[in-house]
Amino acid sequence: MSIEWYIVLSALLFTTGLVGVLIRRSPMVILLCLELMLNAGNLALVAFSRMVGNQEGQVFAIVVMVVAACEVVIGLGLLVAIFRRKLPLNVDELRELRG
Amino acid sequence: MSATTWAWLVLLFPLLGSIVIGLTFKVIPAKAAGIIGTLAIALAFACGLGALFTLLGEDPEARHHASSLWDYASVAGLDIKLGIYVDALSIFMVLVVTGVSTLIHLYSYGYMQSDKGYHRFFSYLNFFVFSMLLLVLAGNFVLLVVGWAFVGFASYALISFWYRRTTATKAGMKAFVINVVGDIGLVLAAFLIFQELGTFDYGPAFEKAPEVFTTNEWTITAICLLLLVGAFAKSAQLPLHTWLPDAMEGPTPVSSLIHAATMVTAGVYLIARTHVFFELAPTAADIAAFTGLATLLVAGTIALVMTDLKRAIAYSTMSQIGYMIMGVSIGAYSAGMFHLMTHAFFKALLFMAAGSIIAAMANNQNIDRMSGFGKAMRFTSITFLCGALALAAFPLTSGFFSKDEILAYAEARGGMYMIFTVLGYVGALITAIYTFRLVFRVLPGRPCKEAQELIDTGHVAHEAPTNPATGEAEDTDVGYPGADHHIAEQSWPMRAAMSVLAFLALVGGLIQVPGVDDVLEKWLDPVFENSPLVDIHPSLGADYVGLTIGGVISIVGIYIAYLIYIKHPGTTARMIERMRPAYTLFVNKWYFDEIIDFLVVRPALAIGRFANRVFERVVVDGLVTGTEGTVRGAGGVVKAVQNGFVRSYALLLVAGFAGLALYFLITSS
Repeated sequence: MSIEWYIVLSALLFTTGLVGVLIRRSPMVILLCLELMLNAGNLALVAFSRMVGNQEGQVFAIVVMVVAACEVVIGLGLLVAIFRRKLPLNVDELRELRG
Repeated sequence: MSATTWAWLVLLFPLLGSIVIGLTFKVIPAKAAGIIGTLAIALAFACGLGALFTLLGEDPEARHHASSLWDYASVAGLDIKLGIYVDALSIFMVLVVTGVSTLIHLYSYGYMQSDKGYHRFFSYLNFFVFSMLLLVLAGNFVLLVVGWAFVGFASYALISFWYRRTTATKAGMKAFVINVVGDIGLVLAAFLIFQELGTFDYGPAFEKAPEVFTTNEWTITAICLLLLVGAFAKSAQLPLHTWLPDAMEGPTPVSSLIHAATMVTAGVYLIARTHVFFELAPTAADIAAFTGLATLLVAGTIALVMTDLKRAIAYSTMSQIGYMIMGVSIGAYSAGMFHLMTHAFFKALLFMAAGSIIAAMANNQNIDRMSGFGKAMRFTSITFLCGALALAAFPLTSGFFSKDEILAYAEARGGMYMIFTVLGYVGALITAIYTFRLVFRVLPGRPCKEAQELIDTGHVAHEAPTNPATGEAEDTDVGYPGADHHIAEQSWPMRAAMSVLAFLALVGGLIQVPGVDDVLEKWLDPVFENSPLVDIHPSLGADYVGLTIGGVISIVGIYIAYLIYIKHPGTTARMIERMRPAYTLFVNKWYFDEIIDFLVVRPALAIGRFANRVFERVVVDGLVTGTEGTVRGAGGVVKAVQNGFVRSYALLLVAGFAGLALYFLITSS
């Protein structure tokens, strides 16, 4: 299979994730969509790595997975904290940091 | 042990004492603080003796050692070591300082007993002794400045010791500010010395000076004049003397130690230490000598009319330091140091006795209210009389020999220097009169109320303490001794200290009697051996003529005081009437405070007000508010973006990346 299929799939996944981040208000769903965007990137990395024929892209993909895991830990931690304090689970209402 | 090791130990003990008392004041009882403080100084004195004997065992020519512990500041071209310089002069000063300090600590142990700030007092006092020793032992001009500034601080802390007394805190500030003027002079002098000679160390600097400078060259004159600013401020010489009388607000042991025996003589030591410079700049030396002469006469006349017991003695201190400054400036080095030593004995003693009398007066210092203490306080009166006799240079007392040695030297140098001899004898007459004015007004006569109480009940007068200067009630919670006062008759440590000093005041002069012995001169000789001025010696005949004149003048002065105050009481009132202008001048202290206020303080305040109105309000405030406005405005513009919607941030991010990507796509194709 040629590389284009992978890239198109990756682009579709990335756009889905991006749109999700932009239009949804639930922090849970935003986190899921972020994961989707990261994994779209991973897919492209692995595909290019196979095309070029070396392993560097795959190494990067693993690094991205580690970063993604960390990000999820922090994100879910925040979510639980927000829930416990009985704050609304809605990113548009959580805007204390406005300038 | 070598002499320098002893000297380091001399420095160590007072510092250790100060730190130990300062850190443990909450745990140890008051008496322990007094004992630690006194012991620390006594040990320093013992180590000073150790250094003395080590030096005595060496060849006189080799009696100077420099030693350093570590680098104090070492940068390109500049090498300052934490170093001391041990020679005959510094060890002489160490012995005078630690010896007198030990006795004054002992006196304070009794005198300050009911003071609630007892620990604080001894911690400060030990710190002062450490600073003073650092000053005299310093091996370079940098450490000299450090010691110089430390004693200034210690003096400030101790003048303001009773810090709820407004007069005391004001006096402390005045002393500190005037001393800082002197510090600046000294620091600038050190800079100039380094610029011209390339070194701060005493040894090399004094060796190089004669090669680098020609006599009376402007640089060396400038150095000497700047050194003199420091010396005059510390030693209370005209016109930087106004702080010393005010410093009498401090506890009496402080007046005795700092403002009579040790710190105020630092200027004399400085001139003697840097005598190499002063011999290269005879003009500056003459200026110093004339200032000393002027101070001794002016202060003497003020002391004639002061009604405050301690202030009268303070003016006498100024006057006596005038003699010393005059002596070391005209080249009578050993004579000047001799007078420094005897003065330390008898003036410390006078202050101690005055402190005892003031305690019996429930802290009132006005001699108009004192009389009859001869009957009420026998021991104090006798020691007061001993000190007074030495101060008035009564024949065979210590002051008699030391003062006349300075005047005889001036006479032997001849020429213009005869002025110093003649006016010095005039000063001696004034000294005898004002000293016995104090004696005749305080000791004989019908006992005053407080003295009568002491005779009748054996108790010291109790009165609700008020500040005699302002009449405001004293705050007895922050260390002011309150109604409990201690007099020598009822406290053995005070008696012990005063007995030793009384003995020294009477016989201390015998270590240097013309034609009989010259212990001190021989001891100090190696320090001044290269000076051409030390070869001038008054002949033995001239010496004894001088001593006779001095003795006669002293007795005449005492007799005049006797006539005025005992034989014909009421003479003073007539004399005041007849010499109204002179009296007004003297009693207002020659208007020095007013002149300084008019020439320095008011212009400084006016400049301050102008700077506040114009520079501060317009320039500085304008700059500050302008900057603030710019930042605030710019912030307002950017603030709109920070709306708190996470999703809008994400959109901006995406838009930004998209824009960048588009840019690269367009430019790369």
